[in-house]
Amino acid sequence: MRPLLQPRHRSMLVFLAGLAIFTIGVTIAAQFGLVSTSFVKTLGKTLCLCLAALAMDLIWGYAGILSLGHMAFFALGGYMIGMWLMYARTEEIVIASLMNSGLPATPEEVQQGIATQIFGVVGASDLPAIWGFAHSLPLQLMLVLAVPGVLALVFGWLAFRSRVTGVYLSILTQAMTLALALYLFQNDSGLRGNNGLSGLQNIPGMDAVGQETISLWFFWASALALGVVYVLLHAIVAGKFGSVIRAIRDDEARVRFLGYSVESYKLFVFTLTAVITAFAGALYYPQAGIINPAELAPIASIYLAVWVAIGGRGRLYGAVIGAAVVSLLSSWFTGGRVPSIPLGFATINWVDWWQVLLGLTFVAVTLFAPKGIGGVFDRLTGVHTPDRKGAPLGPDDGSLQEREAQQ
Amino acid sequence: MKLTRRALLASSLASLAVPRIAFAQGETIKIGVLHSLSGTMAISETTLKDTMLMLIEAQNAKGGLLGKQLEAVVVDPASDWPLFAEKARELLTVDKVDVMFGCWTSVSRKSVLPVIEELNGLLFYPVQYEGEESSKNVFYTGAAPNQQAIPAVDYYLNELGVTKFALLGTDYVYPRTTNNILEAYLISKGIPKEDIFVNYTPFGHSDWSKIVGDVVALGADGKKVGVISTINGDANIGFYKELAAAGVTADTLPVVAFSVGEEELSGLDTTNLAGHLAAWNYFMSADTPENAAFIAQWKAFIKDDARVTNDPMEAHYIGFNMWVNAVTAAGTTAVDAVSDAMIGQTFPNLTGGMSEMLANHHLTKPVLIGEIRADGQFDIISQTDPVPGDAWTDFLPESAVLEADWKDLKCGMYNTETKTCVQLTSNY
Amino acid sequence: MRLIALLLAFLFSSMSAPVLAQQAAQIVAENRDQIEKPSRQTIGPVITALAESGDPMADDILAAWEAKRLVIRKADGAMFISAPDGAGFTLTALDGAAAGTATKGEIVELKPNAGVRGLISTALVQFTLSDPDPVKRQAALDSIAKDPKAEALTPLRASIAGETDATLKAQKERLERLLTLRFDPDSAARVAAIDSFGADLGLDLRGALNPILATTIVAATEPPAANIDRTLRVGRDVDPVAAYEILVAAGLAPARLTLDVQRDALIANLKDGMVGGVALADLDSRAARDRAYTALEDQGAVPFAATDDEAAAALAAYQFYEVYTETDPAVTAAAKAALDAIGTKVGVMQTADLALDGLSLASIYFLAAIGLAITFGVMGVINMAHGEFITIGAYTGYVVQLYITDYTASIIVALPLAFAITFAAGVAMERLVIRHLYKRPLETLLATFGISIALQQILKNVFGTQARPLTSPAWLDGAWVLNDVVSISYIRIAIFVLALVFLGFFLWLMKRTRLGLEVRAVTQNPTMAASMGINPDRINMLTFGLGSGIAGIAGVAIGLFAKVTSELGTDYIVQSFMTVVVGGVGNIWGTLAGATMIGGLQKVIEFFNPSNTLAAQTYMILFIILFIQVRPRGIIALRGRAAGD
Repeated sequence: MRPLLQPRHRSMLVFLAGLAIFTIGVTIAAQFGLVSTSFVKTLGKTLCLCLAALAMDLIWGYAGILSLGHMAFFALGGYMIGMWLMYARTEEIVIASLMNSGLPATPEEVQQGIATQIFGVVGASDLPAIWGFAHSLPLQLMLVLAVPGVLALVFGWLAFRSRVTGVYLSILTQAMTLALALYLFQNDSGLRGNNGLSGLQNIPGMDAVGQETISLWFFWASALALGVVYVLLHAIVAGKFGSVIRAIRDDEARVRFLGYSVESYKLFVFTLTAVITAFAGALYYPQAGIINPAELAPIASIYLAVWVAIGGRGRLYGAVIGAAVVSLLSSWFTGGRVPSIPLGFATINWVDWWQVLLGLTFVAVTLFAPKGIGGVFDRLTGVHTPDRKGAPLGPDDGSLQEREAQQ
Repeated sequence: MKLTRRALLASSLASLAVPRIAFAQGETIKIGVLHSLSGTMAISETTLKDTMLMLIEAQNAKGGLLGKQLEAVVVDPASDWPLFAEKARELLTVDKVDVMFGCWTSVSRKSVLPVIEELNGLLFYPVQYEGEESSKNVFYTGAAPNQQAIPAVDYYLNELGVTKFALLGTDYVYPRTTNNILEAYLISKGIPKEDIFVNYTPFGHSDWSKIVGDVVALGADGKKVGVISTINGDANIGFYKELAAAGVTADTLPVVAFSVGEEELSGLDTTNLAGHLAAWNYFMSADTPENAAFIAQWKAFIKDDARVTNDPMEAHYIGFNMWVNAVTAAGTTAVDAVSDAMIGQTFPNLTGGMSEMLANHHLTKPVLIGEIRADGQFDIISQTDPVPGDAWTDFLPESAVLEADWKDLKCGMYNTETKTCVQLTSNY
Repeated sequence: MRLIALLLAFLFSSMSAPVLAQQAAQIVAENRDQIEKPSRQTIGPVITALAESGDPMADDILAAWEAKRLVIRKADGAMFISAPDGAGFTLTALDGAAAGTATKGEIVELKPNAGVRGLISTALVQFTLSDPDPVKRQAALDSIAKDPKAEALTPLRASIAGETDATLKAQKERLERLLTLRFDPDSAARVAAIDSFGADLGLDLRGALNPILATTIVAATEPPAANIDRTLRVGRDVDPVAAYEILVAAGLAPARLTLDVQRDALIANLKDGMVGGVALADLDSRAARDRAYTALEDQGAVPFAATDDEAAAALAAYQFYEVYTETDPAVTAAAKAALDAIGTKVGVMQTADLALDGLSLASIYFLAAIGLAITFGVMGVINMAHGEFITIGAYTGYVVQLYITDYTASIIVALPLAFAITFAAGVAMERLVIRHLYKRPLETLLATFGISIALQQILKNVFGTQARPLTSPAWLDGAWVLNDVVSISYIRIAIFVLALVFLGFFLWLMKRTRLGLEVRAVTQNPTMAASMGINPDRINMLTFGLGSGIAGIAGVAIGLFAKVTSELGTDYIVQSFMTVVVGGVGNIWGTLAGATMIGGLQKVIEFFNPSNTLAAQTYMILFIILFIQVRPRGIIALRGRAAGD
């Protein structure tokens, strides 16, 4: 193990320090009532999105696989934890209510009561089989990672085995998330259809604890998760493994000819990022309070790619910055709190025009600043793209590949 | 308060909030408007935002409320359900609104519910919905199933002699629950289960030829078929176009819709649809002086003579006016006092008669059945006496034993068999 | 002419109970309340009284009432027959006297509901079956067909002989046979009427035959003296639970014990914390509750509930028979034979109809995807804004209709205009954005996605979020009807034709023109093409414009049969990409095959699960994902050099 203070670890240390200062700052501000609970929740959720963006950066920025389906794993993670949250909270209510009914409740009655409470709203009264583990937090937590992990494993195995690459893979992953979303939209899917799972911010057994405290807990948990995953991914991309996946990104065939099992590497990255994204989702939805199939719509995954692209691909901090900046700006602009710009003949009302601005910014970033916001840091630290006099860097000449390869 | 605001400005993004109407008039009563202005639901909800702005403007012109001016705080939850919860929390904790008017879809309401129950906010929900809910913090000014669906089915059974039903709906909670209730109701009326055809389609569905064909084929056993449509939003356009193309007339195969109003019909040519039905608590064609005044006010406010009014707008109109009266009666905007004062409030409907806020937080409303005219308006062919809204339907066994009463029982989900309050907060 | 009507009225009134001839106006006055707020269930006698009054005004009043032309003058509450006259109305008193005019504000129109209107038109049948106006005769026939009644048989038969119009005569004869097979008292006549149809596909015939075969299930120890269809075996033909419920409903067996009843009974017999010898605290399982209940049964505190064994014994003791409500076995046998014959034919026709639906959906997908087949398939450019080009096309159609009110002319203008606008948009996009990204296909995807969300929002800001009307010309209204099973709307046929036209156009362009040759050359090897004197920039620009232009035309077509909103394109974009990918990139026949497969398969899945269209779409996409695993290059994969890599 080489010393931590090597230059190649510098960005990680700076990032961790920044994250720590930010977390402490927000905590203190919240204690003094300077930051509202809803904003703490927004920040906590943003950290989870940053976490998902990290995973997206690993698979797209480093491994060159543009997955347009990762938000499916994010939402699946949310669903899995949501099932426990809903079940446990409903169980408390049902048991309390059956206490008063004259006879001690049988397990069947409790089960039936929970089913009616959860599914009465959507016109059913039986607990579907997929809720079989919902009574147990450890089992359901395991599912948070297992369900998306297995899905990614199977999907990835099928796709990579058939050598589906490039835009085909993008479209295929998009189809996957669309299929999953449509499936969950059906009431018969057993996850309450379009209504999804709601009331997730009420943590079972914590009724006495106010949301202002719970939101901080989740904020800390999200920050911790982001920090830990950052370190993990940094270790991955800084080592030999990172070199191999970057090589796969730049020329897959060459790596294959060198004797590496390209498919296994891709499958590993795909599954690992799916699990990280699912974990982020499991932290996100208890803060959001509700999860429903709209969260899996293909557009959500495209946004994830957008964040990473704007932040700067192929550098972990870029993904985090992109996700944070775009999602916070987005919520600021759609909040109706940005003053309109009167142009005389018309008024630019940002609620209406924010999407246009975002779309055009995105085109501009792709065209003129392929390194995204991360490029600014390159400029600051004096890193320049090597001038290859027109010779190609590889099929994907958007990011700083050669320099990375030297690290 | 002011200090907090300044500190907030320095510390957080959220507080870049600049109140739209400045502090000039001293303290104001703030009204949160929580309707999507972008995304898929903007199509319906933008109108309601404008309605609220119109009502608030009119109230301010009358001198405001409790000697203060009203101030609208409009936010855009962008048809994104988690964002509804976030914006509701923001409205209640950052803007500190006194009341909120908002939501359209059931899922957005369910998203907001835990937040307003936690923070003890007040929400007026103006859309017809599936029932099975009564929250301490919500007043439901739209129709419950017994104020729209059940009377429409009665009309089919009694007036049109329909004996076979096709329940077509978009796949989400309102059609699902409504159809469940209707199925139970129809079976209780002696319609066998095999004579009830159910179909669910996705949002925005456009390929209707097979479904319309299936429904027409239902007539093969010689029974009179009627369609009950809970198809939502713009999917209706393709559906009605297909109906017209297939030559399905209201005489042979009537369609009664619960989600199609004047606003939706403005998106298509209705000449071939004349005679199909819709059930609401309000139609723009209602012939009363109040309605004429409301329409004139709306057209003047929106500066467009072609704009139509619809049922959820009336719901906001009644809800807002009842809230104004309740605040006046309570002498404060404090949520608990206003909630108590709300129960028993009466206000004239735009279609005639009085509507009353019941102890279960639902309104009494007349049920109107209208036939579509070639000009996109409705001929009102049936109007009942005001029907009290029922939070928990009597036609599903689990719900039949439940009752909501915030006046005496102080419970939104009271089991009349065991005589206990099942839960004080709502079912999300 | 009124004479015939009068004669018929006389005929009618002499058949039913004699009614005192009364002035129609007087009847109306007497039943004023009912007429103002009629209900189908109670208004019958009033309508009958009017129809049989013998007053020549009666049918005018009824006809006016049915057409919502009966009005009340607000000023004095008097009732009139109104006829629109310019901006106002001409009023006629109920006794036929002219009563001046009124404006819309001065009168209230009576609006009877459709059920009441049906009754009125049934009552009017006697006046109109032989009316000189064929439109009225047609209406009378429709009214009988809609609501067949035994009473209609006699007047209908009477009117056939005098019918001059051949079409109407055929309709009358068919209707007469339909009524005969249901209502004629003579068994042989009914069987003859049934046999006369053969395997006719008419919905009305099946509608007449099926009620004859309606059955009920009867439980008895020996065969009842009725028209028995068959004996049901418990467990095979009828579910044991359902069978037991029949026994319970008939009072032949005691009800089974439900958990709720059991619970209530236990609570009711709770004494000193004990029920039936079981402590209250122990009653938290089914077994304990059963024990307690059995103990209570033994004490006689609660009624005996049937156990499983008793229920089985009761079921064994009875036979279950399916019994026709129709008592004549000859008729039911004939009806059954006829329906069986029809059933086979209907099955074939349903398959044909399903194929048509699938073909129609395929042509829509093809039309939406053909532009992509060019930009993505030929050029390899992922254009996420393709959907928005479709939307722009649809909005173009809408805007043109604002200015050109003639629908046919507006469509003729809209199609080329939509092409021109989206062509220009496509060229602009290619010049400004895409040409910088040819080396970075994944980033084209994201850049065009940025354009897509910007365009969608701009459209929303310009046109609002409301759906906009785009109406097809009258000659595209309606449907091509082969029989009561197979039909397809003209607009779908038009889309199908349009899709074929574009397939032909594409083939011609690619195979027969210089541009096509150059496009193919640039696609395969841009450097080599450039050295041959082809300007790849220009070719790329034109190709992209062409693909976008076709999307615009597809937009007009899709807008005609569905909705026009800013989200129209979004609904088709993923499907379109999948169509191209499944079919095989770079080959128009592949796109065609892809569209056919997706469209057809979706309809087949819908057929197997008619109650959930969403499921069909889900399984369709799942199928596509798996299909691409098997054939990663699509149905028609390019080989060799054309494949590029």
